[in-house]
Amino acid sequence: MIVRSHILVGIDASSILAGARDVMQELIKELNRRNLQDEVMVLETGSLGSSSDGVVIIVYPEGTMYRNVTTGDVPVIVEEHILKGRPVKRLMMSPTAPGIVVKEPTKFDISKQPRIVLKNVGLINPDSIEEYIAVGGYEALGKAVLGMKPQDVIQEVKNSGLRGRGGAGFPTGLKWEFASKSKGTPKYLLCNADEGEPGTFKDRLILEGDPHKVIEGMIITGYAIGASKGYIYIRGEYELSIERIEKALSQAREYGFLGENIFGTGFNFDIVVKKGAGAYVCGEETALIESLEGKRGEPRFKPPYPTDAGLWGKPTVINNVETLANVPSIIQNGADWFRSFGTEKSPGTKVYTILGHITNAGLIEVPMGVTLREIIYGYGGGMRTGRAFKIAQVGGTAGALLGEDAIDVPMDFDSLKPLNATLGSGAILIMDDSTCIVDVLSSVMTFFKKESCGKCTPCRVGTDKLYKLISEINTGNPDVVDKLLEIATYMQQTSFCALGQSPIMPIASAIKYFKDEIIEHTYGVCRTGRCYFENVPEGLSLAV
Amino acid sequence: MSIEEILNRYEPRMENILLILHDLQDAKPDQYLSNEDMTKVAEYLRLPVSKVYETATFYGLFSTEPRGKYIIRVCVSTPCHVEGSPKIIETLKEILGIVPGETTEDGLFTLEEVSCLGICGVAPAMIINEEAFGNLTPERVKEIIENLREREELR
Repeated sequence: MIVRSHILVGIDASSILAGARDVMQELIKELNRRNLQDEVMVLETGSLGSSSDGVVIIVYPEGTMYRNVTTGDVPVIVEEHILKGRPVKRLMMSPTAPGIVVKEPTKFDISKQPRIVLKNVGLINPDSIEEYIAVGGYEALGKAVLGMKPQDVIQEVKNSGLRGRGGAGFPTGLKWEFASKSKGTPKYLLCNADEGEPGTFKDRLILEGDPHKVIEGMIITGYAIGASKGYIYIRGEYELSIERIEKALSQAREYGFLGENIFGTGFNFDIVVKKGAGAYVCGEETALIESLEGKRGEPRFKPPYPTDAGLWGKPTVINNVETLANVPSIIQNGADWFRSFGTEKSPGTKVYTILGHITNAGLIEVPMGVTLREIIYGYGGGMRTGRAFKIAQVGGTAGALLGEDAIDVPMDFDSLKPLNATLGSGAILIMDDSTCIVDVLSSVMTFFKKESCGKCTPCRVGTDKLYKLISEINTGNPDVVDKLLEIATYMQQTSFCALGQSPIMPIASAIKYFKDEIIEHTYGVCRTGRCYFENVPEGLSLAV
Repeated sequence: MSIEEILNRYEPRMENILLILHDLQDAKPDQYLSNEDMTKVAEYLRLPVSKVYETATFYGLFSTEPRGKYIIRVCVSTPCHVEGSPKIIETLKEILGIVPGETTEDGLFTLEEVSCLGICGVAPAMIINEEAFGNLTPERVKEIIENLREREELR
């Protein structure tokens, strides 16, 4: 019998905790009960893009998307939609959400997002290599190892203009070339999946939703740089990512995409999974190397750069998950195709996690160069709370705190520079006007103080001093603003790694956009009423 | 499973230390690395014990003190903070009678404040052992802890 409908259930760490696995079991049970098991197929897939909507399922061919589905809704969906062909309106996504027939799709819908990295996420079963192959998976690997010399692969990626998606935006092809030309052997490839920047979970959803894409990207990269061993360093908390990547690796070995003599070309490459143990600083590339070697994850002095002396002193390329997930499509479709997305200096797309006081929290993939305003009010669907927008923290906790004046900035590596902001990890935290800037800063400083590894003095002492200044702000001393800037600037100039160099970004931007509000706090006044000061100077009251 | 059996799963190379420490800790009901564990790891990897100890104490997921049967890790990073994690911590302090870093006297619960767990789409969030909980409110937290307590009383 021909399958007439497919029901895709988004299974990722967020939806599992909303009961996605139970809903899936219930769907299978209900279909069996009605003897529909041959007509309707239930499939597991990765995240369907929305993480604030509980269990999300899509029914094809209609493409109807249901959210907040519980096991109790399952009989209704089967009865009404599958049997009678009447979609259950009550559970359907809002018209601005993807896949809904209620209204013409807008350019902000998921179906309109140009997906490169997330192309298969939410469409294929991540546990099935056959499904990945069916959508063109591992073709790019074949093209590379059978038809291209390693230097051609590097040249293609250089031409594409791909820049590292982990935060720094370094040209990927150039990094590969450095390692390729470096004298030492063997060479290593590391995939940085130690995603720890607060607000970021894009790499988790890529690994959970399309693990083979990352593996294929790694094998191609290994071929290009002349490495025969790769490591994926995944943070210890990402249990499902680790499970899915391990499974995908063993499938790829069975198919001969990994291991010895790949495609009969004599090229050998294998990948080992390493598990982190809860240290933010290990996302820094040299700290990650130390940790992989089995030591404390403290950063190394640079230079030498890892491309010359990385893992065990050998030439090493370290790429972020998202960067590697771009590689197969670039090899498959060519550099010019890739350059048709995004801007001239930042080609391609970017995966963002948008969260906070926003209607559609979750994952989006959009071309480089869309504005922050489009992300907030278009893709994000505006403010969830019905209150006014106040702050956007762009790039994670180490990122800048931007106010209303800044939200027309195009989001790409270079346009953010004049604002002293960076894309960072791609996390965008949106806050409404009930948020207190000092409260946010204090949470940011708590984070830095907690995660400073302690190796270098500017960061170890500086993060503590910044935290104290913020938490004791109501001392009536308006110089606190200058002091914050002074310390953060010293830290930027003298710290060993990006961790200690980063606090200047949230501090300087907060002072630029919210200086009055910060100074008010020095007199014990919080305009949002969030901070409760015991010693409010006489004559002052809480302004709202 | 004995310490030796866990050690023998891995080749005696320093790069395997984190995987070994994870497995050793997971195998113990009080979820920590004892001096005996670390001494055995040092012998197996041919490292000074101090080297194993300095590594174990660097990483947030490892503990060298005994912990409760349920380790409650509450995210206190900015995305969870602005969605209300301070209230979640307050609630837990109140119903457990401990502060972050401590274990309840009955040995059931350890409360920890941690950095981002990567499930910010459902902030504020926490993880109890391996299970994640999101969109938390003080009421929901009370319910979760009560359920765990009831489960334990039934045993």
